[in-house]
Amino acid sequence: MEIINLEGTEDTPKIILDKTNKIFEISGRSLPEDSAEFYQPVLDWLAAYANDPLPEMIFDFKLEYFNTASSKLILDVLTALEEIENTTIHWYFYEDDEDMEEAGEEFSELVDVTFELKPY
Amino acid sequence: MKYIYDMHHMMLKNNIILVYEGEFTQEITKSVLAMAERNMDSVGEESGIKRKVFNVMVECLQNIVKHGDDPIDGETKTNAAVFMIGKQKESYVITSGNPVKDEHVADLKNKLDQINSLDKDGLKALYKEIIKGGTGLSEKGGAGLGFVDMARKSGQKLEYGFEPLEKGQSFFSLKTTVPRG
Repeated sequence: MEIINLEGTEDTPKIILDKTNKIFEISGRSLPEDSAEFYQPVLDWLAAYANDPLPEMIFDFKLEYFNTASSKLILDVLTALEEIENTTIHWYFYEDDEDMEEAGEEFSELVDVTFELKPY
Repeated sequence: MKYIYDMHHMMLKNNIILVYEGEFTQEITKSVLAMAERNMDSVGEESGIKRKVFNVMVECLQNIVKHGDDPIDGETKTNAAVFMIGKQKESYVITSGNPVKDEHVADLKNKLDQINSLDKDGLKALYKEIIKGGTGLSEKGGAGLGFVDMARKSGQKLEYGFEPLEKGQSFFSLKTTVPRG
């Protein structure tokens, strides 16, 4: 399966979707000009992955910041992950960042996926 | 040439650390954010406050980029608007002003009044409702959610005003206060 490997920029996150090496990660800052366009390849990739998934998947979110337009798309990504069995979300946040911790809690309440909130 | 001094004096008097007037794009947004971040870093601002100010700035700037109505007056530029950050002893004050069509004024007022009527839990509930797509509050693609986020991150009411302009437009001013510590 193709690998998605995007370097992070000042307004877009780093994204790695690598089935062979079992690395699934979205990290950094997310405030793209067009969040729907930016996240579409991720949603397409997950739709393809869902047809032949690994026995289990750990998906890392290590976001430093995301804007409200991105939050809708992050929910779309989580909704796609909801459909894939044995998926666990590791939601990382700076230990003093209550807002990012709360964002993880809120997302976990909106979708039916196992969440682990991880301060670092 | 006195207007230069006047401007300087006005900025000092109001503790304004950054003003941008003109066209708003994603590139400008990134530059304004970088300047404001550098300013907060240089005074050693606490990381929690910095994050909240950054949050409010992004939503405020992107609202203008995405939702600012083009001025009908042929002399002004597309997306012409103003953005300012002031730093008081007790708070950062993030303000913006941009023209909007008169037909959008009632809707904006409704959204802002609704947001200002809610407490912390009410805002959280509204945020979740909008993000799930269950309400018409953000039919134009997100301005509603941006305002909710600004209210949540600042923990303060959003102050706003409308000044009538010519040709069916009003000037929409918005002020968000982020307390320091």
